[in-house]
Amino acid sequence: METAHRRKRRMDRGVWGYLFVLPFFVVFLIFGLYPILYTLFLSFYKWDGLAPASAVGLQNFARLVTDKTFYLSVFNTFRIWVVNFIPQMLSALLLSAIFTFNKIRGMKFFRAAYYLPNLITAASVGLLFNLFFNGDKSLVNHILVALNIPGAPFSFFNSGAFTSGLVSYIQWWMWFGYTTVIIMAGITAVDTAVYDAALVDGATKWQTYCRITLPLIRPTLIYMTITSIIGGMQLFDVPATLTNTAGDPRKATLTTAMYLYNQGFKSHNYGYAAVISVGLLLIIALLSALAFMAMQRKGGAYDD
Amino acid sequence: MMTKSKQYAGKALIYLFLALLLALSIVPFYLVIVNATHSSFDIVTRLNLLPGKSVADNYATMQSHVNIWRGFANSLLIAVPYTAFTGYFGALTAFGFAKYRFRGKKILFALVLFSMMIPAQVGIIGFYQLNLKLHLLNSYLPFILPGIANATAVFFLRGIIAQSIPDSMLEAARLEGCSEIGTFNRIVLPCVMPGVATMCIFNFVASWNNYMGPLIIMSDSKMYTLPVMIAAIKGLYLSNYGAMYLAIAISVVPIIVVYSIFSRYIINGLTAGAEK
Repeated sequence: METAHRRKRRMDRGVWGYLFVLPFFVVFLIFGLYPILYTLFLSFYKWDGLAPASAVGLQNFARLVTDKTFYLSVFNTFRIWVVNFIPQMLSALLLSAIFTFNKIRGMKFFRAAYYLPNLITAASVGLLFNLFFNGDKSLVNHILVALNIPGAPFSFFNSGAFTSGLVSYIQWWMWFGYTTVIIMAGITAVDTAVYDAALVDGATKWQTYCRITLPLIRPTLIYMTITSIIGGMQLFDVPATLTNTAGDPRKATLTTAMYLYNQGFKSHNYGYAAVISVGLLLIIALLSALAFMAMQRKGGAYDD
Repeated sequence: MMTKSKQYAGKALIYLFLALLLALSIVPFYLVIVNATHSSFDIVTRLNLLPGKSVADNYATMQSHVNIWRGFANSLLIAVPYTAFTGYFGALTAFGFAKYRFRGKKILFALVLFSMMIPAQVGIIGFYQLNLKLHLLNSYLPFILPGIANATAVFFLRGIIAQSIPDSMLEAARLEGCSEIGTFNRIVLPCVMPGVATMCIFNFVASWNNYMGPLIIMSDSKMYTLPVMIAAIKGLYLSNYGAMYLAIAISVVPIIVVYSIFSRYIINGLTAGAEK
């Protein structure tokens, strides 16, 4: 009798559980899931945003797999990501090693300042760097001319390699502080007794860091890499505001998200833009899976 | 053994490196603020490292092209309710998952985790079509309502509620005759407020900085949020650099001011999130 009563009360309360999570799922279905499912659906259609959509079967997919601009945009996005991610990881690992093994005066101040660019509106950052570099009379050219650098002033944005590199630099600049904070959080979570034991055994700080700390924070590193791929492959704001959404010069900074935006909202080929979204989703899933497997296996050497 | 002088040299090298990165992180903002106070002529003819006197002129030029405060207000009118929703509904959903038993809970929570992994831009075409159908183009709602379904907030706050709210506390509230939702509003929410506040800071920043969403939904320039307005400025008057620098400064300085007050809190929040 008593237990039956209690069970009934628990079930009653379970209803409250449903009620409390209900708003989340209603809104998730409408604003989270529906847009993605509709995008998938639309990838089999031709739609200009006005007239009713017409079914075209796999036509959009057939066009995508032979679309050179799509492949170029994927290559551009990946190049920007790699050129920013490797220095970002290296500088964050170096900084977290410096901060962990040395008593640095003002450590918290340095770290807080490095994180600042991450909070600034990416659209503003893109325009800011545009003003710094664009034109013979730009701020950077004034500095280079003052320093008597041969060849200055430069037409920076005529060079595809430079512009792509600048986007990578901006991404590095915006993210190295964040990565440092996260890696340091991973290091703090590791039991310090492990370090002390290694140091007592005569290992140098550097050996301790490479052989003990890094393998122990592998989950953090995997998390950072995969979230960086997901974010990096969707890159839009910085290149779109640094030059324009066409990815000037000569499509050198045209990312996949920009191409998707142009196809959808400039050319009103929503069906084709939808298929680009599907392609982007598959590429992100593939790259994330590859990174995950590579990092898991690489770590295997340290495990027993 | 390392000699003392070598040790000092090593330390000096480290500080030099840290100072260099510090300069890279801060100097661009200083230059934006300085250039915002110079005339376009000054900016084009020389390098300006100290503040000038043309703020008022730049401001007048800027305002004659765009009303930046309108963009500011639009951004606030989206970011504030969005952030409040992520805090309240994030905690409510987290409470449901942390403290109630119901059928399908595991699957539903897995769905929450899964939704965190979905790349946002993949659904952008469907998002546009949805708002077109709902007549929500040029409306704040497409950016406010999703605050109710913020998976990161749910994930983060569920951990905090499970850890810091003992079941006995809830039992005591029930014995006092408190309703379930009353228990949440009067006991659970105040207890986890520090965690909610941390979550809210990051959600506010994310909403404030959102560019692509408002870019496709807001076609009426009266509805432009600050990032959309800043990006549009480039096309409007490329010739007046002082006014452009001023517009960037106006979008950047509030973030810097707020961050310099709350930076310790923000970094701690980031660290706590990473340990979850």
